[in-house]
Amino acid sequence: MSDQKSTIAYVRSEILEQQPAPRGQVGASKWVRENLFSGWFNTILTLVSLYLVFNLLQALVPWAFGGVWTADSLQDCRTILNERYGNTHHACWAVINERWNQIVYGTFFPSSEYWRTHVAFVLLILAILPVLFDALPRKMMWITVAYPFVMVWLIWGGSLWGPLSVAVGFGIAYFAASVAARYLGSGLIALVSVVAALVWWMILGPIVVSALNDTVPLLALREIQSRELGGFVISVIIGVSGIALSLPLGIILALGRQSDLPLVKMICVGFIEFLRGVPLITLLFTASLLLNYFLPPDTEFDLTLRVIVMVTLFSSAYMAEVIRGGLAALPKGQYEAADALGLDYWKAQRLVIMPQALKISIPGIVNTFIGLFKDTTLVFFIGIFDMLAAAQAIRANSAWNGITWELYIFIGLIFWVCCFSMSRYSQWLERKLRTDHR
Amino acid sequence: MTTLTDIPQSQGFRLSQLIYDTRYRSITIQVIVFIAFMLVGWILVRNVTINLANLGKEIDFTFLRNPSNYDIQQTLIEYDSTSSNFRAAMVGLLNTLLVAFLGCILATLVGVTAGVLRLSKNWLVAKIMTVYVETFRNIPVVIWIIATMAVLSETLPQPSAFRGETPSASMWLWDTVAVTNRGTYIPMPVWGAGSVFVIVTFLLSLLAIWSFGKWAQRRFEATGQILPTAWIKLAIFIAPTLLVYMALGAPITFDSPALKGFNFQGGIQLSNSMIALWLALSIYTGAFIAEIVRAGILAVSKGQTEAAFALGLRPSRTMNLVILPQALRVIIPPLISQFLNLTKNSSLALAVGYQDLRATLGGTTMNNTGRELECMLLMMLIYLIVSLIISSGMNVYNKSMKLKER
Amino acid sequence: MKKSVFLGALTMAGLAAGAAMAQDSSTLAAVQERGALKCGVNPGTPGFAAPDANGKYIGFDVDLCRAVAAAVLGDAEKVEYTPLTSAVRFTALASGEVDMLARNTTWTFSRDVDLKNTFVGVNYYDGQGFMVPKALGVSSAKELAGATVCIETGTTTELNLADYFRVNNMDYEPVPVESFTEAQTQFLAGACDVYTTDASALAASRASFETPEAYVVLPEIISKEPLGPLVRHGDDNWGDIVRWTLNAMITAEEFGVTSANAPELVKGTENPEINRLLGVEGELGAMLGLDNAWAYNVITQVGNYGESFEKNIGENTPVGLARGLNALWTEGGLIYSPPFR
Repeated sequence: MSDQKSTIAYVRSEILEQQPAPRGQVGASKWVRENLFSGWFNTILTLVSLYLVFNLLQALVPWAFGGVWTADSLQDCRTILNERYGNTHHACWAVINERWNQIVYGTFFPSSEYWRTHVAFVLLILAILPVLFDALPRKMMWITVAYPFVMVWLIWGGSLWGPLSVAVGFGIAYFAASVAARYLGSGLIALVSVVAALVWWMILGPIVVSALNDTVPLLALREIQSRELGGFVISVIIGVSGIALSLPLGIILALGRQSDLPLVKMICVGFIEFLRGVPLITLLFTASLLLNYFLPPDTEFDLTLRVIVMVTLFSSAYMAEVIRGGLAALPKGQYEAADALGLDYWKAQRLVIMPQALKISIPGIVNTFIGLFKDTTLVFFIGIFDMLAAAQAIRANSAWNGITWELYIFIGLIFWVCCFSMSRYSQWLERKLRTDHR
Repeated sequence: MTTLTDIPQSQGFRLSQLIYDTRYRSITIQVIVFIAFMLVGWILVRNVTINLANLGKEIDFTFLRNPSNYDIQQTLIEYDSTSSNFRAAMVGLLNTLLVAFLGCILATLVGVTAGVLRLSKNWLVAKIMTVYVETFRNIPVVIWIIATMAVLSETLPQPSAFRGETPSASMWLWDTVAVTNRGTYIPMPVWGAGSVFVIVTFLLSLLAIWSFGKWAQRRFEATGQILPTAWIKLAIFIAPTLLVYMALGAPITFDSPALKGFNFQGGIQLSNSMIALWLALSIYTGAFIAEIVRAGILAVSKGQTEAAFALGLRPSRTMNLVILPQALRVIIPPLISQFLNLTKNSSLALAVGYQDLRATLGGTTMNNTGRELECMLLMMLIYLIVSLIISSGMNVYNKSMKLKER
Repeated sequence: MKKSVFLGALTMAGLAAGAAMAQDSSTLAAVQERGALKCGVNPGTPGFAAPDANGKYIGFDVDLCRAVAAAVLGDAEKVEYTPLTSAVRFTALASGEVDMLARNTTWTFSRDVDLKNTFVGVNYYDGQGFMVPKALGVSSAKELAGATVCIETGTTTELNLADYFRVNNMDYEPVPVESFTEAQTQFLAGACDVYTTDASALAASRASFETPEAYVVLPEIISKEPLGPLVRHGDDNWGDIVRWTLNAMITAEEFGVTSANAPELVKGTENPEINRLLGVEGELGAMLGLDNAWAYNVITQVGNYGESFEKNIGENTPVGLARGLNALWTEGGLIYSPPFR
C-alpha cells in the first residue's frame, strides 16, 4: 500500500509551495505586536510610556535645540529668545560658550598656558590606549611609563629636571635590585632597592636637581600652583591619579586581608572597614582641615595632593573588597596547584592567582573607578575649584544670576560621557576575556 | 640512623633563620609590621600633642554639655537654641538616620520596579528603564542633589502664590497637602482621647496577620491547600482598626496645614532640603539597585523556571516560590551595601543645607566651639558605628541565608 | 603601575620636604621663606572679596591681605587666596592652612578667647540686618514672627538670629545655607521670606539683584558686628604686623597720606608722625622685623583706608555703602588708630 500512489481525491499528492507568513506574523508589525502590545497589561504599559516619553521630548527637545549659543549675559540671552520666539522657554547655552574656560580650566588657570592641558590630555589618551587595548603596538607602553612624569611637568610647570630625577630614582631602584639579586635573598632585594631609591629621592636627588636648575633649566615652563588648577582639568587630574594609585593599593590591601599573618590581617581589616565606614566627605574635610594636626608643625602639604591621597585611600578600600571577592571566587585548587608547583607566595600570586582573580573582578574594579571619578565632585566642598564650584561662581555672578539647568546639564553630560564609556569598556573587556564557552 | 642524615641537625639558632626559615619568618614580619605600625601611630599622636600645645588647646569634650545657641530647621526630638551641643548632634544624627531610612525604602521600591521592568518583554519599557539606569548611575549624586533642590525651589510655587482671591497655586488632596518651594506640608494626626486603643488594635492586627501567615503556611505544608491569603490579610489589616476607630468616635483627627502669616502653619512640614536629598539619593541609588535586582533574577538559571513550569506552577507562583527565594540570596548582600552607600551619601546634605549630623556636630557646633579635632573624630566614630551596625546586620542575614548543603 | 609609585614617591617627598621645613614656627619667617602670604577670604561677597572676570580677587577685605603682603614682602601681589566658607574658616586658620583671615569675621569674646584666635583690629563696623521683598509688606523686624529666614551656617548672625527671635518671643523657620551665593539664590527664588546677614553684605547683595528696588533692608540692626582680620594665637609678632598694617592704613588716611602723594611725602615732611609712618624717621619697621619702608609699600601699592573703602564699597561703587560708623574718629566715626610713636 505504501508504495502505491494515493488515488484518494482528498489526499494531496505533492507538497505545497511554502507560503509567506501572514502579514501580522512578520516584520515590524509582528515585532510591535510581540514587544509592545502582547496582552492588555503590556498595551497599557506601552501607551503610558509613550505618553510620558512624548511629553518629555516635547518639553525637552525644543528647549535644548532651540537654545541660544551666543550672548553675554542672561538678560541678553532672554532678549534674544524673546525676539526669536516671543517667550523665554528655551535654553541659554550661551553660558557654556561664554564661560567655557572657567568650566574647563577653572577660574585661576592662566590662559596663556591652556595649551599645556591640551597636550597633557592628548598624551593621556595616548598613554591609556595601550593599557586598554592590547592589539596596539607594545612600544606605546613607553608613553604610558613616561606619562606621569611628563604630566606633572606639563601641569605644574618648572623644569623637567624634577620629574626626571624622580624617574631616575626608579632606575636606581631597579639597578640596585638587579645588583642585590646576585648576592642576597628575595626578602632583602626589595629592602635594598627601596633604600637606594629613597637615598636618591630624599638626599642626592634634590641637591642635583637644584644644581641643575640653577645652571641649565631644562625646558622650564611657568610654574602653576595647585590652587590655580580647576574645572574639568582638576577632576581629571584627581580622577586619573586616584584610579592609577588605588588599584595597586587595593591589591595590597586585599592580599593583606587574606594573609595568614594575624597582625597584618588585623591592620588591613581595620583600615578597610574604617575607610568604608565613613563618608568620603568627612575624609576630605579631615584632609583639608585636620591633616595639619597630624603632621609635624608648619608642614606644607599641597591640598590637591592631600585630596588625591584621600580619594585614593577611600577607593582602595572598596577596591580591596572587590578583589577579595575575586580571590574568594577562585577555586581552592588553583592555590593548591600553585603550591604544588613549588611557587613561592609572590610568584604564585603574580603568575596564578592575581591574573584570574583580577579578571573575575573587572566589573567591580571598573565600577569602583567610576565611583571614584564621580566622587571627585566632592572636592567642591573643601574649596577646590572644580566644575561645580565654577557653576556656583557663574550662578553668583550678576551676569548669569538665575541660570541653573544649562550648567548642570552640561556638567552632568561630561561626567556621563566619561563614566558611560568606562562602563562600556568594562563590558567589552569582560566579553573579550571570557574563556568559558557559554 | 643513616636515614636521618638528611634532616638538618639542630645547630642552634642562627639569625638568618629569621628571614629564611618559614617557621620564624612570619613572626619576623609581624614584629616588623607591629613596630612600624606603632611607630606611625606614635608619630601621629606626638604631632597632634605638639600641634595642640602650640595652639594652646587640649582635647576636651566638655563643649558637648554647653548650650548650642543655634536653631535647627527640622528636629525630631525636642530641641531649641538653649539645648546642649550633644543634643544638637543627636538631632543631626536622627535627621541623618531619617533621610537614610526613607531613602532606603524609596530606593528599594524604585530599584526593584526598574530592575524588573528592565527585564520586561515590553521593549519600550525595558529601554526606558535602561535609559534611567544608565543616566543616573553615570552622573555624580551631588549633581542630582543640587539639581533636585534647584527644581524644587525654582519651579514650585511660593506660599504667597496660594494667597488672594484667585491664587495661582492650590493645595492638593482636598486642601490637605500644600506643596511649596519651601517644603511640603502634610496633615498631622492629632491624638485625641482613646487613640491609644486604635493604635493597640492596629498593632494587634499586624500581629494577627503575621500569625495567620504562619498558620496558612503550616496548613499548606500539611494539606496542600492554599488560602487566598492576600485578601484575608488585607481584611485583617483594615477592618479591626477601622471598627475601633468608628466605635470610639474617630479619636484621631488630622490637623491640616493652613496659610497663616508668611507660611503654612500646622501640619507636618517636610523641608525642601530633606525632600531634595531624599528624592535624589533614592533615585540615584535606585538605579544601582535596579542593576542588582536584574542581575539577581538573571542569575537564577532558566532551567529553574522551566522546571517550575513543568511542575505545573503558575507564573506568579513560579516567581514567588522558585525564582525570588534564589534571586534574593544573590540580591540582598549588594543591596545592603547600597543601603550603606546611601546612608553615607546622606552626608552630602551640605549641598542643600539639610541639617544632618555633619551640619550640626561637624558643622555649626565645630565652628562655634572650635573643637575641630574632637568634633571630626566623634562624627567619624558615629558614622562608623552606624555603618558597622548595618553591615553586621548584613552578615547575620548572609549566615542565615547561606545554602545549607547537606 | 609606574605612575602610582611615582606619585607615592611625590607624597613621600612632600612629607620629607615638610619635615625639613618644620624647624621654624614663626609665621613671618614662613611667609618670607615661601615668598607669598596665604590669606583666607570669603569666596564671594561683592565689594569685600570676590574674584573678578580674570579670576583675580578684589575687594575691601582683599586689600587687607594685599596690604600685609606689601608690608611683609614688599609686593602686594604676592598673596595666595584661599576661599573659605564661614564654617571652615577658623579651622583653616588654626591648622595653619592660612596665615591670616580677612574674611568679614565678627570679633567676639569666645572666638577671641576660646577659639584661640587673635583679632588684631576692626576694619569694618557692621551690624546684622534683615532684607525682605517689598511685596511682603513688612516694615519692621518685629513683624517677622513665623517667617522663613535664610541664614548662613557657622556665623555669628546665626546665633544672633536665634537670640533675637527668642528674646522677642517669635517663631521662625531657619533655612540654613552654606554660602552667601546659595543664600542669595534661595532668597531670590522665594525659598525664604527674609535674608539676614551683616548689613554691609545685605547692601552688596541687594546691589547685585536684577531689580534691587523690589527689596528692602529693614531698619533694625540687631547686633554689633565688628569685622576684622585675625591671626592664630601664640605668634604675637605676626599679630603685631597685621594689626599695624591696618593701623598704618588708617593713620595714613588721618594724616592725608594717599597712594598718590606718598612718593612725594616720603622725601620728608614737617609732621614727625608721617615721617615715622613712612619710615623716614625712626626704626618702626625694624621693630616689627620688617623693612623700614613697609608702611610706604602698603600705602603706595594698596592705598590708605579711605581709598580702599571708596574703591571697593564706597558710595560710587555698585555696593554703595556710606562711611557711617566707619568714618574716621575725627569725622564722627569709630575708625581710630593708636599713634605711630
